[in-house]
Amino acid sequence: MTGGPLWALSGARIKQFLREPGALFWTFGFPLLITVALGTAFRNQGPTKSQIAVVAGPGSAAAVSALAGDPGIKVAILDPESAARRLVTGEVVLIVLAPSSPGSPFVYRYDPSRPDAPAVRRLVDERLQRQAGRRDPLPTRDETAVAKGARYVDWLVPGLLGMQLLNGAMWGAAFNIVNARQRKLLKRLAATPMRRSDYLLSFRVSGLVFVPIQVFVLFAFARLTFGVTIHGSAVATLALSLLGSWSFAGLGLLCASRAQNSETANGLINLITLPMMVLSGVFFSSSRFPAVVQPAIRLLPMSAFNEALRHVVNDGASIFAQGYPIAVLAGWALVTSVVAVRIFRWT
Amino acid sequence: MDCAIRIAGLVKSYGDVVAVAGLDLEVRRGECFGLLGPNGAGKTTTIEILEGLLAPSAGTVEVLGLRWDRQPDELRARIGVALQETKLFDRLTVEETLRLFRTFYGGRATLSVETLLDEMQLGEKRETWVMKLSGGQRQRLAVALGLIGDPEVLFLDEPTTGLDPQSRRALWDTIAALRARGKTVVLTTHYMDEAERLCDRVAIVDHGKGIALGTPAELIDRSGGQHLVEVTTDPALPPEAFAGLDGMRAVRAQGDGFTLSIDGPHVALPALVARLAERGVRPTRLVSRTATLDDVFLSLTGRTLRED
Repeated sequence: MTGGPLWALSGARIKQFLREPGALFWTFGFPLLITVALGTAFRNQGPTKSQIAVVAGPGSAAAVSALAGDPGIKVAILDPESAARRLVTGEVVLIVLAPSSPGSPFVYRYDPSRPDAPAVRRLVDERLQRQAGRRDPLPTRDETAVAKGARYVDWLVPGLLGMQLLNGAMWGAAFNIVNARQRKLLKRLAATPMRRSDYLLSFRVSGLVFVPIQVFVLFAFARLTFGVTIHGSAVATLALSLLGSWSFAGLGLLCASRAQNSETANGLINLITLPMMVLSGVFFSSSRFPAVVQPAIRLLPMSAFNEALRHVVNDGASIFAQGYPIAVLAGWALVTSVVAVRIFRWT
Repeated sequence: MDCAIRIAGLVKSYGDVVAVAGLDLEVRRGECFGLLGPNGAGKTTTIEILEGLLAPSAGTVEVLGLRWDRQPDELRARIGVALQETKLFDRLTVEETLRLFRTFYGGRATLSVETLLDEMQLGEKRETWVMKLSGGQRQRLAVALGLIGDPEVLFLDEPTTGLDPQSRRALWDTIAALRARGKTVVLTTHYMDEAERLCDRVAIVDHGKGIALGTPAELIDRSGGQHLVEVTTDPALPPEAFAGLDGMRAVRAQGDGFTLSIDGPHVALPALVARLAERGVRPTRLVSRTATLDDVFLSLTGRTLRED
């Protein structure tokens, strides 16, 4: 026996994929390159130093010596004009004007709408007050703890996995189907007694093979290069990835259900993927969008996937606490698949 | 029940464009039947309706006594198809492609992949990716895929279009062998020599209608006989000049000369040469040949098959 048609079609799909170096690169290699590029560009560089200026004058030298020892700030002595100009351009956060006669006040000039300005003001003030003799009545001690999964790269990797799965469903499956329709291969298959659902299902079966590999390769690479770890369950991560890929595959099938040529398919795929890349928090958090659109954004399959996966991977949350995003993903998978199969064109 | 295919009043239109305009045909079991006609005559539309890939706008189609709107699954299992210029999976090998298609037919696929590779002379190419096959090899693979379910009727749409002469002849041998094994074959072609060589019966279609039906010999005979003489003279003669020649059946103007249908060159040629001498004109061209289906098409429509 040669085995059933579904397994034969799935096997053929896997073989074809492995024989196409371009597809291999975009599926497995490209996300690794993005991880390296963005992980490096946005790596945490230790505590950042804020630049402040002390305006040259009688008391400036004393002020500089008081401030120079602080790890959080960099100090420069500037004339009033260039200090003012740099405050406008944002190169300095705060300007200190030392009093020309004793008893007059120190002046701090800064823009309070800059996020770091109030903190820098407090820092500078404390340094100068201490030098002038202030003592703290309460003893204190610091204990630092870096939160797990809190770096940008930790946050980025789950989003990249979502992007990778979406691209796989779109460029791997949808584009492939439209191409087969354009080349009349679908028509040839439709002229055989092949069960039509077997052809469509073969894309999902091959996905069952590729998705775990994608998940493993990306997280293994991210761990080796940036020490990214999965704080929740690895099984939950894989299960979410499979669910996400089903949901994206439904969208892909919908794109592919009627498009007659690859140009149309190209347009449809971009129409679906590009907005989700921006809105669904792949590269930056979707919380930056106004609150009024948040419920709509949360309904996108990519947002749901990223939300659930980040909770599991970054926060170590349980998959059973992700009911809403899982429902969103399952809903998309079901609705898109049913509609796509209904309107699918073989000729 | 010796009828494999029955078509009655078949119409297919796309908006205002009528591709098939009322076609009636019967194809017998075990014959090789040709749909012959120029490009755009409606041949592919007709065969794709027979293959269940298009729905007719009107009329009825029965294949093996079954209908596409009632028993599509059974029909698909019992026919074989080679589409015009089939594109397959580029990165599967010949053997993998055959094995894949074989699974679609389940228990019906009685022919082994080895037999088909052998029969279609693809044994040497079994490990080759489909994208790397030549046109002739690809077409032989397409026919092999049509045969893999051991079909009762095999449909071939323009099987040799675009092939070099050697590949065409090789494929003709293959199709003739299938016909000899008793398979019903329906093929479309715009090559008259292909239809003459392969088909037991031919339907000539033009503008979506059948305009002639019969064996190639019958059609040629009906259009004025098997033997033709093409003659051009200097100075030119009127058609009446050929009237009353021994063994002459018909005169047809063609280009700057005439085509004469005759009973036999051994009688008509001497008479013709004598007539020209009598008139004092010199033949600049004098060709005796056998008639083809192209001549039949020309006499029916005033056009040649290969006018595009």
